[in-house]
Amino acid sequence: MSVRSDKIHAILTQAFQPSSLQVEDESWKHAGHAGAKESGGGHFVVHITAAAFSGKSRIACHRMINHTLKGEFGEVIHALSIHAKSA
Amino acid sequence: MSHTVLDQIDGVVKGNDVVLFMKGTPQMPQCGFSQQVTSIVASYNVPYAAVNVLLDAAVRQGIKDYADWPTIPQLYIKGEFVGGCDIVNEMHANGELAEMLKPFQNNENS
Repeated sequence: MSVRSDKIHAILTQAFQPSSLQVEDESWKHAGHAGAKESGGGHFVVHITAAAFSGKSRIACHRMINHTLKGEFGEVIHALSIHAKSA
Repeated sequence: MSHTVLDQIDGVVKGNDVVLFMKGTPQMPQCGFSQQVTSIVASYNVPYAAVNVLLDAAVRQGIKDYADWPTIPQLYIKGEFVGGCDIVNEMHANGELAEMLKPFQNNENS
C-alpha cells in the first residue's frame, strides 16, 4: 500500500461500498517511462467486487469507476487497471 | 475542445472496421498497455487502423473526450468503443473478441 493507493481505496469504498476491494500500487514497475514521468501519476491495479456493478456491462462498470476517480487522473493516477465484479 | 478534432476522430472511427488508438505504432509501441493490445489484435490477423496519439496532443485529449474514457489504448470495432487494455485482455481470454473480429479476418486462401 501507499498513500496514493490508500486514497483511491477510500474513494472507491465510499462510492461503492464494495464487498471486497484491493488497490495495488504498481508504479515501481513503470518508473521512468515517458508517460508516467510527464503526468507524475502512478500505475494502479484495482480489484473490486460490489453489488453496484450487477447487471452492468464491462464498459459501464469501468466508466463508473473512472468517473468516481476523475479528480485523481493526472497527478495521482497515470494508468488504472480495473477488474470489477458484481459478486 | 474543438469540434474539428472530435469530427476527425469520428471520421476515423466510423471509416474503419477496426481502429486502435494507441501510444506509438504497432511496430514500436511506446507503452506497455498499447503493446499488449497491439499484440492481441495482431494475433487475429485482421487489418486495422492504428492512430498514434503521441503525434497530436489534440487527438490524445480528444479521444478521451470522444469515448468518455480516461486512458489509452482504446479499441473500436465497427464504430463501437470496445474497451481499453483490461477489457480487451478479458475478451481475448474468453473468446468474445474472436467472435467480434471474425468478420474482418483476412482469408488466408484468397
